[in-house]
Amino acid sequence: MFNGYVITIAVFVGIWVSLALSLNILVGYAGQISLGHAAFFGIGAYTSAVMTVRYGQSFWAGLLAAILITGIVGAILGLPSLRVRHDFLVLATMGVNFVVVAVFKYVDFFGGAMGIVNLPAPSLFGVSFRGGALYMALVWLYAGFVLLISWYLSKTWAGLALNTVRIDEDAAAAVGVSVPRFKIYAFAISAALAGGAGSFYAHFIGSVFPDTFAFVESIAILSMVIIGGVGTLRGPIFGAILLKSAPEFLRFAQDYRFTIYGALLVLMMLFQPSGLLGDDSWLWTLGKRIFRRPAASMQAEEAS
Amino acid sequence: MPFLQNLSNALVLASTYVLMAAGLTMVYGVLKVLHIAHAAVYTIGAFIGLLVFSWLGNFWLALLVAMIGSGIVGVIIYRTTYYYMLDAPRIVPLITSIGLFVMLTDLLQKGFLMGPYQRAFPAGGAGMPRIRTSFISITPKQMLVLVVTIVLMTLVYLLLTRTRIGLGWQAASMDRDMAAAVGVNLNRVVALNFFLGSALAGAGGVLVGVYNNSVFATMGDLVSYKAFIIIVLGGMGSLPGVIVASVLLAIVENFMVAWVGYVLPRDAIAFLVLILMLMFRPHGLLGKE
Repeated sequence: MFNGYVITIAVFVGIWVSLALSLNILVGYAGQISLGHAAFFGIGAYTSAVMTVRYGQSFWAGLLAAILITGIVGAILGLPSLRVRHDFLVLATMGVNFVVVAVFKYVDFFGGAMGIVNLPAPSLFGVSFRGGALYMALVWLYAGFVLLISWYLSKTWAGLALNTVRIDEDAAAAVGVSVPRFKIYAFAISAALAGGAGSFYAHFIGSVFPDTFAFVESIAILSMVIIGGVGTLRGPIFGAILLKSAPEFLRFAQDYRFTIYGALLVLMMLFQPSGLLGDDSWLWTLGKRIFRRPAASMQAEEAS
Repeated sequence: MPFLQNLSNALVLASTYVLMAAGLTMVYGVLKVLHIAHAAVYTIGAFIGLLVFSWLGNFWLALLVAMIGSGIVGVIIYRTTYYYMLDAPRIVPLITSIGLFVMLTDLLQKGFLMGPYQRAFPAGGAGMPRIRTSFISITPKQMLVLVVTIVLMTLVYLLLTRTRIGLGWQAASMDRDMAAAVGVNLNRVVALNFFLGSALAGAGGVLVGVYNNSVFATMGDLVSYKAFIIIVLGGMGSLPGVIVASVLLAIVENFMVAWVGYVLPRDAIAFLVLILMLMFRPHGLLGKE
């Protein structure tokens, strides 16, 4: 059952689930739309590649460095969000993506257009994780970690603060939430988690190239979050699994990948702005109605 | 290169920016929607122009049909999507425009439309004269771009300042609800807005296609990113601002390459400018708080 092809798809899906969940912290919790998430994905991948190939460190050190450095860069690149909102922020994050890719492409230290190759596979106690089911387990462990952080964040005071920032920045400031601080938090956490995913991606492929992290990938990740259901935990997971694995099963979906992403985004916004599995989407309400426990429904009837 | 030559080259570049950014800023002025899909309209304009030109061989007819065609495409985009989102949170039309942009650019690259390759647009200078003196030389193609842009922008200016519906447009771009309250037909104004803006973008696509003698599916991407920078520089929603900002950006780009040399790719520099602008002058060079 676990042949190489299935494992490869499972690894990719796991990485993109992590990416979608991490973007969801920024978009769904803090309400800051970013079209530059692939930049953080790339910074993580390149950090890990530089650490392991240029400085001979182990995968684990690379992963840690990727998470830390991407988090710091995320906090810095979040600064425009303090000055600009909505459309302007989208433009700024889009610009960030272009600048980051240009730096990868034109600075020799990052290998230019040829990228960095021959990344080592992770190993622990002499066991190599290259390409096998073990690597898949590792990736999904990381996706679980990202999910855990997302869930924990939604339960804490910080999560509540982010919610108020999303709904009304001025009101949030009025009730004592430090809007700049929480926006930077959201950018840093979101970026750091994407950086980790970048590290897993880089070491799975074994090489990094600038164009992998271009603007279109940012759109793809945002599509997963929006189509799945922005702001929920199940939404981005579902969106990433759906959009990342569908092209593998449908030849048509492979050729028309971005046509489908785009059309889905437009249809979603027209008919179901909260996403397929959003809180008030018809699919989710339908599911709740079917699976609602009889006791609960009786109580609901009594109450009404 | 001599100064005047650089300047005239910059003005040609600026003309193409103006045509692209004018539509974006008009849409933003009235709807407060960042119309990212405008890039696709520009490419569609170039494509229609090329089709008509290779069929009939008349450049001016091709330009006219391309403008009408892309104008209609713009109105269709508006009526099928943004029209239903005027009162939705701003994230809704924004994501819609991203979706439209991705979808249209991807579709255009498919074999049954433009395919993934470049096509020539051999219209030459369409009969424009060549100007050559001791200190400056303007090719027919450059003349064509300059003349068409100046004529079109003058027409748009007259339409928006001298006609009834133009006044309605001005009112709507100041305050949409108030304009509707005093009897401006918003639907007509917004449709006109989209038609004009998209027609200008289509004209821009045709001109750039002729100027570079190449038309391809992703030709709108770079120009549209530049156009975003321009509408931010010009203060979103301001037409004069767009013209000033286009000239400024084109001059900076041209002279930087001529005098300073190659540091980062042009486009990365343009985006760095954009990010700095957004952080320190978010309302543009001419915009008001």
